[in-house]
Amino acid sequence: MSSSAHSAAASPGVPRLAQHFASIEVQNHAARLGMWLFLSTEILLFAGLFVCYGCYRYLFPEAFAAASRHLDLTMGTVNTVVLITSSLTAALAVHYAKEGKNGVVALMFALTIGMACIFLVIKGFEYSHKFAEGALPGPYYRMEAVQLPGVPLYFTIYFLATGLHAFHVVVGMSVLVWLMFKAMREKNFGPNNYVAVELGSMYWHLVDLVWIFLFPLLYLI
Amino acid sequence: MNPSSSTTAEGVLPAHDAHDAHHDHPSYLVDGTTIKSWLLTVDHKRIAIMYLVWILLFFLVGGIFAMAIRIEMLTPGPTIMDAMTYNRTFTLHGMVMIFLFMIPAIPAVFGNFVLPLMLGAKDVAFPKLNLASLYIYLAGAFLALWGMINGGLDTGWTFYTPYSTHTTTTVAPVLFGAFIIGFSSIATGLNFIVTIHTMRAPGITWFKLPLFAWALYATSCIQVLATPVIGLLMVIVTGEQLFHFGLFDPARGGDPVLFQHLFWFYSHPAVYIMVLPSFGVMSEVVATYSRKNIFGYRAIAYSSLGIAFVGFFVWGHHMFVSGQSTFDAGVFGVLTMLVGVFTAIKVFNWVGTVYKGAVDFKTPFAYFCGFLFFTVFGGMTGIAVATTSLDVHWHDTYFVVAHFHFIMVGATVMAFLASLHYWFPKMFGKTYHEGWGLVAAAFIILGFNATFIPQFLLGNYGMPRRYFEYPERYQALNVASTAGASLLAFGFLIIAIYLVYSLAYGRASGQNPWRSKGYEWLSASPPPTHNFVGPQPTYPEEPHFYVDPKKAEVPDVV
Repeated sequence: MSSSAHSAAASPGVPRLAQHFASIEVQNHAARLGMWLFLSTEILLFAGLFVCYGCYRYLFPEAFAAASRHLDLTMGTVNTVVLITSSLTAALAVHYAKEGKNGVVALMFALTIGMACIFLVIKGFEYSHKFAEGALPGPYYRMEAVQLPGVPLYFTIYFLATGLHAFHVVVGMSVLVWLMFKAMREKNFGPNNYVAVELGSMYWHLVDLVWIFLFPLLYLI
Repeated sequence: MNPSSSTTAEGVLPAHDAHDAHHDHPSYLVDGTTIKSWLLTVDHKRIAIMYLVWILLFFLVGGIFAMAIRIEMLTPGPTIMDAMTYNRTFTLHGMVMIFLFMIPAIPAVFGNFVLPLMLGAKDVAFPKLNLASLYIYLAGAFLALWGMINGGLDTGWTFYTPYSTHTTTTVAPVLFGAFIIGFSSIATGLNFIVTIHTMRAPGITWFKLPLFAWALYATSCIQVLATPVIGLLMVIVTGEQLFHFGLFDPARGGDPVLFQHLFWFYSHPAVYIMVLPSFGVMSEVVATYSRKNIFGYRAIAYSSLGIAFVGFFVWGHHMFVSGQSTFDAGVFGVLTMLVGVFTAIKVFNWVGTVYKGAVDFKTPFAYFCGFLFFTVFGGMTGIAVATTSLDVHWHDTYFVVAHFHFIMVGATVMAFLASLHYWFPKMFGKTYHEGWGLVAAAFIILGFNATFIPQFLLGNYGMPRRYFEYPERYQALNVASTAGASLLAFGFLIIAIYLVYSLAYGRASGQNPWRSKGYEWLSASPPPTHNFVGPQPTYPEEPHFYVDPKKAEVPDVV
C-alpha cells in the first residue's frame, strides 16, 4: 500500500486486482492453479532423474548399494530434519499471514531461510568431502576404496540430483527473502491477502518433498 | 441471432459504427505506436503478432534449408555441398522447423490471439508471463541458431547418444537453446490452462467452449506434462557433451537406450503438441464454411483429450529396433493405433459436418480439404509404421520421413495457413484476394503431395533417411520430390506477396467477414486493446451454432 505499485490497495489486507480479472476470487484461483501446474512441471523435471536412478540401480545393484554406503548418513539425516522443520515454519508463515500478523510472518520466513542456509552449508561440507575423496561423476571418479562398474554413474546421478535440488533450494530462498521483506515493509498480508505467502510456501514444500524422495534413494537404500 | 447486435452478446460493442469505435477505443494495432509499446506490451494480441513475425522468419530459415536438402538430393553424388554440410543442413532444418516453428506456431500465434477473445476475457491469466515466454523463446532460438552457425550440429534433431556426446560439432549451445525454448512452451501451456479454467465469460461452460479452445487445452496439458522431462534430458546431454559423465555412454556403463526413452517420452507427445491445435483450427474452419453446427461436438472435444492422454504411452514405437522385447513392441504398437481411433473420430465428425452443409469454398476451406487428405493419409501410414513387422522394413527410411512430414508438416502447415487466412481479417481488419488465396492453396497442396509421395516410394524401395549419397536407381524419385518442393516454395512465395499486399492495401474486412458464429468474431476486427468495450460479455448460445445452413439467418456483415 505504500509503494506506487500498490496504489490501488486502499487499505491493508486488500490485494490489488489486475484489470483483466473479473474478481479477486478469480485472480486468486488463477494464481493457485498456476502454481500447482508449475509445481507439477517441477516434479516431472525431477522424475526424469528418478527414472535414470531406477534404471541404473537395476543395472548395477551392488555398485549402487556400495556407493550409497559412502555417503555421510549423519549429515544427510540432519539435513532431512532441518529441511522438514523449515517446511513447518513456512507453513506457519501462511497461518500467521491469514491472521494478519506480518511481523510473525517475517520471523517465520527468517527461520525458514536460516534453516535453508544450514542445509546448504551441510551440503557444502558433504560436497567438499566427496571432492576430497575423489567420489566424483564419470571420468573424474578417483576413489580407490570402491572400484565397481557403475559407481561413477551413481555419483553422476548423486551430483545431478542433489545439485538440481540445491539449485531449487536457492531459488526457493530468494522467493522467501522477497516475501519476508514484503511482510516487513508493506505489512499488508491479512485474511484477504495471503496468496503470495501461500504460493511461496508451496514452492518451499516442493523443495522439501523432493528431498524426502532423494534422501532414502541416495542415502538409505 | 445476430452476432453483431447486443442480443446474443450483451455488452459487446456493436461494431457496425466502426468510426466511433475507432475514436473511443482504438484497435490494439494503433493503441500505442512506439517501439516500446510493442516490445513491452502485455496485450496477448500484440504478443501474438510478435510471435507471428518471428515464427514466419524461422519458418523461412527452415524452408531455405529444406530446399538446400532437396537440391543436394537431386544427384546421387555431391551436388552443392559436402557430406558434413549436408548433416548440418538437415539438422538445422529439423531443429528449426520442430522447435521454432511447428511446436509454437499455432498455440503461440493464433492461440494467443483468439483464445481470450473466444473466452470473452480481456487477456490471458498471466499477461507478463505471456510476454516473458516470447522472450524466453527468442533467447533459446538465438542461442540455438548461434550454435548452429558457429560450428554447426550434425546429430539430427533427435540428438541421439552416444553420438551427440562425442561429436566435435557444437552440441551444447543448441541443446541448451532447446532447453530454454522448453520453458517458453511450458509457460504458454500453463498460461492457457489457467486461462481456460478461470477466465471464461459468464455463460461459457466447459461444453460451450469453442473446439479450438478444447484443442489448446489438450495441447497445453501435454506441453506442461512432457516438456520438463526433455528439459532435464537436454541439461544432462549438455553435461555429457561437456564433461563426459557417461550417463548415456555405453563405454562408461551408461545406457543410450535410456536416452531414447526419455527423449521420445517428450518428443512423441510433442507430435500431438504440433497436430492437436491443427485439429482445433479445422473444427472452427469446417463449421464456419459449411455453415453448419459442428457434428459431434463432445466427441471432438473428448478425442482431443484422448489423444493427449494416449500420446504419453506410445513413445516406444520409435524404438522397435532398439532391442526392446516383442511384447513391449506389441503393446506400444497397439497403444499407438488408439491414437488413430481418436483421430478417426475427429475425421468422421468433420466429414459429417460438411455433409449437407452449405459449403462456402474459401481459401481456409481449401486448406481444410488438403488437411483432411494429409491427416487421413499420414494417419493411415502412421498405423502402418506402428505395426512392428512393417516398421522393421521401413525403419529409418524415407517412408518414415514422408509419414511424419505428411502428418506433422502437412496437417500443421495446412492448419497454420488456414488459421492465417481465417483469422487474417480478425487480426488486421483487412481482406486478402480470395482468387490468389485459392491459387496458392492449389500450389501448396499439390506441391506437398509431389514432394512427399515420391518419398513414400523411396522409403519403400529402401532408401535410408539422412544419407548423403544414394544409388542411381533412386534418382528419378528424388528429382520428382525436389520438383514438388519447388512448387511448394512457389506457393509460399505467392502467399507472402498477396498477404503483405493486403496488409498495406487490403479492403477493410468488417467485423465478421465469414459470418462465423465463433465467439471471437463478437468483438471488433481488429479488436480494441482490452478486447471488449463495456462489461464482460455473456454467451447464451453454443459455439458453432448454425441452426439451418440453408437459411441465411445471419445478416450479411461485410
